Amino acid sequence: MLHRFANPTRFLRLSRRVEPWALGLMLICMVSGLYFALFASPVDYQQGHTVRIMYIHVPAAWMALFCYTAMAAASAVSLIWKHGVADVAAKATAPIGAAFTFLALVTGSLWGKPMWGTWWVWDARLTSVLVLFFLYLGYMALRSAFDDPARGAKSAAILSLVGFVNVPIIKFSVDWWNTLHQPASVMRMSGPTIHGDMLLPLFLMAGAFQLYYFWLVLVRMREALMAQRLRALRQRQAAA
Amino acid sequence: MSGALAVFRREARLALRQSADSVMVVAFFLIAVVLFPFGVGPEPNTLARIGPGVIWVAALLAAMLSMERIFQADYEDGALELLVLAPVPLELTVLAKVCVHWLTTGLPLMVATPLLAIMMNVPLDALPVILLTLALGTPILSLIGAIGAALVLGARRGGVLLSLLVLPLTIPVLIFAVGAIEADLSGLEVKAHLMLLGGLLLAAVALTPWASAAAVREAVA
Repeated sequence: MLHRFANPTRFLRLSRRVEPWALGLMLICMVSGLYFALFASPVDYQQGHTVRIMYIHVPAAWMALFCYTAMAAASAVSLIWKHGVADVAAKATAPIGAAFTFLALVTGSLWGKPMWGTWWVWDARLTSVLVLFFLYLGYMALRSAFDDPARGAKSAAILSLVGFVNVPIIKFSVDWWNTLHQPASVMRMSGPTIHGDMLLPLFLMAGAFQLYYFWLVLVRMREALMAQRLRALRQRQAAA
Repeated sequence: MSGALAVFRREARLALRQSADSVMVVAFFLIAVVLFPFGVGPEPNTLARIGPGVIWVAALLAAMLSMERIFQADYEDGALELLVLAPVPLELTVLAKVCVHWLTTGLPLMVATPLLAIMMNVPLDALPVILLTLALGTPILSLIGAIGAALVLGARRGGVLLSLLVLPLTIPVLIFAVGAIEADLSGLEVKAHLMLLGGLLLAAVALTPWASAAAVREAVA
């Protein structure tokens, strides 16, 4: 399966069929998720309507971690098997992950001001997510710092694997340290502590973000593979 | 083993020939710390409050600035290719280079620290803990920095990029080191922080040579 789609043409054929479905499903999830999040879900007994920021903040944070994991996995595949399409996937994922991380930090800050009384606090969760943001920026900077794109790809792949140690640190930071950020309420060994009425819009929005990422990464990969083809054609033309 | 020792001796000889590099690193360390009293005012209590953190951040930045020369000179004249092809495992070669780098950077920084502790009005009873955290922490900086130095070989603006890549990865070292010093100043238990720092050092020694060697191989290929 992995090696089947190392062929860019086969991959592009599959992605062209999958893309519209991903976009359609994403729109359904997003619209229904936003409806439930903004209108049809209960207010929090303490936070009132401000709790609705959670329906953007938490899925964005989940996607930030997911994108880095996907990027590291794609980098590992591209290094181990010299998989061309995996490398393109890693490159396409990086800016999306950085954007989700930024969104999580900003929405968290907007939520923190009314709830905690401060825009920012240097606790373990926020600090490690900020480090994740810098790791994304470092990946993109390293990738584009070389004249030879292949060299940049391999360097950045090694960097993303080295930085992967940050992902479990972020996940468990609220357990290992005394943090202002609240501990895990959904992905816990003993099940979620959030009521179903709030879990539904949360999961709908998470699904919408996930499908958005999936659709966007396919679009970006198609763009990158087409650019590779154009470059190859131009080189062949220049050599002729 | 004898091959690794040969690499170590070569690196040491080359580093000692250019001893001005170590002096420059210490000079940067001194100047960076000295700027803070000008920036925040000379009030002794303020300086004592921020002293340990300032010393550690300046040590971190000084280590980062000197990181580039671990591989750069050898990369430019082709000696790095020969080291990759040598019968010595590349991971040991990298460890030898990092060792010499620490001896010519981290160790001089530790020697300069007591003077800076006095200038920043840090209570001198905390000095043993400060030196211990530097002794445990600066090797970690050299080890992690070596990964970054190998990754940016041949890149444009490698020096700045190196700092951007390595500084986020060294934040845990900074957190635990300063935590240990602050705990000591408040009379609390330092053992936990120092154990964590020691654990980070052992993990770095065990894991970073693989990443650095992979990056070096990929740089000369």
